[in-house]
Amino acid sequence: MTKAAELAKMGEVITNSQIGGRRNIIINGSASVNQRGDSTGVTADGYYGPDRWAYKTEGEETVSISQASDGPDGFANSYKVEVTTADSTIAADDYARVETRLEGQNLQHLKYGASGAESITLSFYVKSSVTGTYALGFYSADGSRNIGSTYTISSANTWEYKTLTFAGDTSGTINDDNGEALRIWFLLSAGSNFTSSDNTSWAGYSDSRVAYGHTTNVIGTSSATWQITGVQLEVGEQATPFEHRSFGEELALCQRYYQKITGSDSIYVATTTEGISRINGMWTTTMRSTPTSTIDSGWNVANLNNMYQAYNSSGTSTFPNITADSEL
Amino acid sequence: MTIISAKYCRNNKDTTNITIEAVVDGETLFIPLDPDNKHYQAILEWVAEGNTIAEAD
Repeated sequence: MTKAAELAKMGEVITNSQIGGRRNIIINGSASVNQRGDSTGVTADGYYGPDRWAYKTEGEETVSISQASDGPDGFANSYKVEVTTADSTIAADDYARVETRLEGQNLQHLKYGASGAESITLSFYVKSSVTGTYALGFYSADGSRNIGSTYTISSANTWEYKTLTFAGDTSGTINDDNGEALRIWFLLSAGSNFTSSDNTSWAGYSDSRVAYGHTTNVIGTSSATWQITGVQLEVGEQATPFEHRSFGEELALCQRYYQKITGSDSIYVATTTEGISRINGMWTTTMRSTPTSTIDSGWNVANLNNMYQAYNSSGTSTFPNITADSEL
Repeated sequence: MTIISAKYCRNNKDTTNITIEAVVDGETLFIPLDPDNKHYQAILEWVAEGNTIAEAD
């Protein structure tokens, strides 16, 4: 690139305000936060391993999902899927993908539905034992529309950096609320029901537009791996360097959707004269919505989005483990 | 999401149902009575299929 071209690109970046303020819309793009911990024996949809990333499958495979301690230079962690039992035959309606979901009130600056809808650029580092062409895409939940593209992994087990730019959706809509507005999915495998229709521009969702151009099958090979880190989504047509946030800052962002209170028998719980143990507490961060909880056996818990109340009629004095889930 | 059972829970100062204790995918969850909660939405679908949320103890 010539010096003049570099300066022109820099000017475009500055004009789009990409280097001012917070740029990365993705939470936990570097997989640094892993509140739930690693999971083995995964066969169903759910959030496993690093926060904010979900595994979705219609296949027959079994995988492990973990926070891997490797990444490209500058990244200590990555989100890793490893196939432990392969699904060697991908049926037409099978798929496996990794996705993250974004809240509408955080995306109003994308201006979807207006003539000035902003382009967005997705950048990430990816590594897999399976080379080939992979599909990824965006699903706009409020208008049920989607767009997609592909990237290629050229060398097995080697970190590669990818950037893709997508047009803004001038016919879309993003509600200004706490619901899901945008979903980003990375396909690992896709049956023929999901690959047959061009999805390279925004249009109404259909299954056939999910994974256009996808040709690889990660879940078809036992011990196959797929890893991702440094995921950044930003306004504009240029990918800028990954916005590294402090661990505490990233953790707080994740806790809006999931948080975990670790119990302790060193922290005593007050018990009433009727023999009921009771705890009233505030969540570390106000949650996206009223969460679902788990709590140690013998306890009941009721929640608001900013506080919880737990009680145990057996009068235990040990503070319980509690989780709260308000993922999209 | 496979729901095995569901039962209302009350607070312990009156008879108001405040949450649902449900076994979902083999795990016991405490689900708020909030239409925006994805687990409560699943419970309502489960009820629509003919299942019943048991009354609180």
